[in-house]
Amino acid sequence: MKAAAILIPLLPMTSFIITGLLGKRYFREKSHYLPVAAVAASWLLSMFVIVQVERGETLSWQIYSWIAAGNFNVDVGIQIDQLTAVMLLVVSTVGFMVHVYSIGYMKGDPGYYRFFAYLNLFMFSMYMLVLANNFLLLYVFWEAVGLCSYLLIAFWYPKVSAANAGTKAFLVNRVGDFGFGLGVILIFVTLGTLNYTAVFGHAGDIGTGTLTAITLLLFVGAVGKSAQFPLHVWLPDAMEGPTPVSSLIHAATMVNAGVYMVARSSPLFFESTTTMFIVALVGTFTAIFAASIALVQNDIKKVLAYSTVSQLGFMFAALGVGAWVAGLFHLVAHGFFKGLLFLASGSVIHALGGEQDMRNMGGLKNKIKITYWTFIIGALAIAGFPGLAGFFSKDAILEQVFLGGYWYFWIVAITTSFMTAFYMFRLIFMTFHGEPRDLKAFGHAHESPRVMWVPLVVLAVPSALIGLALGFPPGAGHIDSFLRPVFEEVLGAEHHFGLLEGGLMAFSALIGIVGILAAWRMYVIRPDLPVKTGARFQGAYRVLLNKYWIDEIYFALIINPVRALSRGLWRFVDINIIDGFVNGSALFFRGVGNLFRPAHSGKVQSYLFTMFLGLLVLLAAYWILTL
Amino acid sequence: MYGFQEQIGFPILSVLIFLPSAGALAMLIFMRGRPQLYKWTAAIVTGLNFVLSLVLIGFFDHLTAQMQFLEHTVWIERLGISYHLGVDGISVLLIMLTTLLSLLVIPASWNYIKQRELAFFASLLFLESGMIGVFAARDLFLFYVFWEVMLIPMYFIIGVWGGPRRIYAAVKFFLFTLAGSLLMLVAIVAIAWLARPNQFAAPVFDMDMLEAAVFSTNVQFWAFLAFFLAFAVKVPMWPLHTWLPDAHVEAPTAGSVILAGVLLKMGGYGMLRICLPFFPDAVSMFVPYILVFSLIAIIYGALLTLVQKDLKKLVAYSSVSHMGFVTAGIFALNVVGIQGAIMVMFSHGLLTGALFLMVGYLYERMHTRQISEMGGLAGPFPVMAAFLLFFVLASLGLPGLSGFVGEFLSLVGVFTYNKAMGAVAAIGIILAAAYLLWMFQRAMFMGLNDEKWYKSPDFNLREIGTLTPLAALAVWAGVYPNTFLDLIGPPVEKIVNDLAPYLADNGDAFSRLLSSLGGF
Repeated sequence: MKAAAILIPLLPMTSFIITGLLGKRYFREKSHYLPVAAVAASWLLSMFVIVQVERGETLSWQIYSWIAAGNFNVDVGIQIDQLTAVMLLVVSTVGFMVHVYSIGYMKGDPGYYRFFAYLNLFMFSMYMLVLANNFLLLYVFWEAVGLCSYLLIAFWYPKVSAANAGTKAFLVNRVGDFGFGLGVILIFVTLGTLNYTAVFGHAGDIGTGTLTAITLLLFVGAVGKSAQFPLHVWLPDAMEGPTPVSSLIHAATMVNAGVYMVARSSPLFFESTTTMFIVALVGTFTAIFAASIALVQNDIKKVLAYSTVSQLGFMFAALGVGAWVAGLFHLVAHGFFKGLLFLASGSVIHALGGEQDMRNMGGLKNKIKITYWTFIIGALAIAGFPGLAGFFSKDAILEQVFLGGYWYFWIVAITTSFMTAFYMFRLIFMTFHGEPRDLKAFGHAHESPRVMWVPLVVLAVPSALIGLALGFPPGAGHIDSFLRPVFEEVLGAEHHFGLLEGGLMAFSALIGIVGILAAWRMYVIRPDLPVKTGARFQGAYRVLLNKYWIDEIYFALIINPVRALSRGLWRFVDINIIDGFVNGSALFFRGVGNLFRPAHSGKVQSYLFTMFLGLLVLLAAYWILTL
Repeated sequence: MYGFQEQIGFPILSVLIFLPSAGALAMLIFMRGRPQLYKWTAAIVTGLNFVLSLVLIGFFDHLTAQMQFLEHTVWIERLGISYHLGVDGISVLLIMLTTLLSLLVIPASWNYIKQRELAFFASLLFLESGMIGVFAARDLFLFYVFWEVMLIPMYFIIGVWGGPRRIYAAVKFFLFTLAGSLLMLVAIVAIAWLARPNQFAAPVFDMDMLEAAVFSTNVQFWAFLAFFLAFAVKVPMWPLHTWLPDAHVEAPTAGSVILAGVLLKMGGYGMLRICLPFFPDAVSMFVPYILVFSLIAIIYGALLTLVQKDLKKLVAYSSVSHMGFVTAGIFALNVVGIQGAIMVMFSHGLLTGALFLMVGYLYERMHTRQISEMGGLAGPFPVMAAFLLFFVLASLGLPGLSGFVGEFLSLVGVFTYNKAMGAVAAIGIILAAAYLLWMFQRAMFMGLNDEKWYKSPDFNLREIGTLTPLAALAVWAGVYPNTFLDLIGPPVEKIVNDLAPYLADNGDAFSRLLSSLGGF
């Protein structure tokens, strides 16, 4: 187990170094051999680890002392438990599939080697993030995955929008990390340790105020990384990166890090009702906020991006109301189906030679059949169609929100469910149904090569079945019993699935289907309706289309004022006041020097006279002092 | 005991100090007009010195806070001045940094300096002697001598081989430092005089004795202030920093590297070596104010960095912000904070040294440092882009690289002292990411403004060779910082333990400051 645990991250790391250094000159179009082999091996090892955990084995391993300064002691160490195993399942599977898919998608790109090197670096960082056994190490790889995200968003760096998006993603995440980092420091200052086991063991000893401060600070980090309101702004822009990146990093794995971190810290969060409520509030609000924007977006990837933000909101809502397992269950299900949806959208974009605007698509369903059907499976899964993954996971959340007494959140969430089904099928109908709107692109459209569609099919399987496999029967599925040891102390008693639960389930399934039908009516039967509706609710439409002007607000309230302030400080304080003083005093001394210049006349007799005067003054002073 | 005879058998510190000077003299006397010969001599001498500093670390006992490799010879007996050398872990680390950077700037200047080359390389060697002398001196008079010795070559490096406004920059540099030096000189004479055991004894310049001496609160107040201002100019602390951007922009690459890499560290080193141990009572009085000024430096420096248009000025202003973490960490007055501060000093030496080297290499190709004239350079110069990205990331405190360890520990230290101050300091880390990544984006990403850069060569082996050791050390210090933390641990603990009795009843001085200001 130890060997497997250390090899899982080290294989991609090694591959990153070799490919990064030698890829450009030696591997070139063969640059994917080593990276794909490495993640394949890591996948196998992950499966092995998951099986071991399933058998009840866990691992806690201090590898070496990383930082030891005074009383500050942090190790590099690995911890594997059920929660780690669940994360490994998603990370390794989607990661592996995305690597395979990229062989086709990135073919011929001048930065081919670079792409696979970065992907491997990401896999290393993401594995370490979930394997870390203490908060500081979590923070380290939290930033490391952010770095990979930055590198891959700005992958096509000559494009201004890509470069901007990369920088923006890093900076917005830094704002979150500022909170996270302070939270970590506060934990250390309070408890003197950062090791998970030790910290959670003393969770009860921390005062409520401090605990709320710690958890809120940690949550700020989660809000940044998992793109929750108000730090969600980087994720839609991150779609500038190549689509496999959007699938792996910005849908299936990295953005889940925030959810993972909150779940990992459940013993801390559980103790603070204030924080828990804020988590639920932010999650629920983000869910409907992002879903509403997704309703009107025309870029196929932007719809999926806002959808991701919204679904992550669902997960936080779950964690906030104490539905820990449901939140993680949705993380797993969403990881698979959203990873699939992004890869499938990449396949569409690939088929159309780079087109992303859905207004130029349409009628593709017979041209790219495999893509279409896998897309349908993903869309049904996220819409909560009965039997598929999202149905079980999302329903588990809705049910527990309702039963927890948060009926107001439930109303928001069920509305969001409707929107989700609607915008997903709006996307499907605009892309695959109806008449082709760009005949030229349509004429060239072709199914993706096998290396790309096989991953779609592979990911479609868990998207369809993982709900049944892990979440049936509801509330007592395999995932509930599997994760129970992790959340033993923060989980209430198991409850029975009764009439009320059945009713709720049926209702949310119905809502999803209604959403699909509504999209059907608007985009297939009456294609004139969307324009009319848009015109009728023009105000609301513009608000949504412009994403509530959040970016513009940030520019007006933060970025521009900071720049103006900085320029002002530089010009006024540095150059005028401080240097003004310095140069002024230089002038002053030059003036004083000129004043005394006659004294340095070079005449010996005047020097002698001055010396004599000086001597007199000194003697006088001595005489006065000794008097 | 830790005399040099017992530890290594030869006066290694003296050799480290005087080998470069000897090399410089030999160059000036015997090698006039033979550039290849004296350049190689400079390279070999600095190389030997670097190896020697590694030997020093190898023989260094890192389990003790005691001064080691001691050399003690009476120099001017009647004035109580002696030639007294010794090093602890802090000195050893900074000496290693000094010898490394002194070595690397030789190849970096190989083709860059076009006139009076001999004098230039000789200046670099004299400079190295002065810097190592400061880190090894155990006699305050000797300390002062080395301090001044170090300034003169730097003054010439800026004033003779600098850019168009070099005279203004050099004079500004000189005046700021001179003002600081004079204050320090007055303070040195004063405490040497006051520390006499009786009125007939010679003044006391020996630093061991001065540490043991007890000064009245009043003396401590003024002496601390004088020393502190002298060091604050060097750091530089806000608002004494304005000489720095000018000096850096005008200085040749080698000058900037040494200036940022080592000379700025003299400030922090002096505070640790003199201000804290000599004047413990004054320390507790000044702490809250110094911390406030440090925080201003962090934020203010970062904000100004954000709007710089000249790449070199940008790196220069970023130093103001980074060095704020040094003074903040030191005056948090706990082991974690001070160890963090020293790690920031070390890491900043590596990274800013590397960044200035890179600015120089870029300038040699483009003949401009204006960021607006760059853009898209990752295309023609992929190796350069990779190195710049690495050092940018290390500098913005990416965990796993050297910048993170120091800044994080420094933050923990400040946070332990006062939570609000820790939070304010942490804002500097957001801003660091902003100014560095924005710079990187404008220089390396986006469209290329001129295809002709594809005809310019990417980094050659000489350039890669100067950057790789710095990058390797940055990774080492990030992944396994204990190598360095172990070295500085014992002396830092000693400093803090010696201070502890004076701080015990003071509590949180910042709260007192607040209450004295606001009356609550």
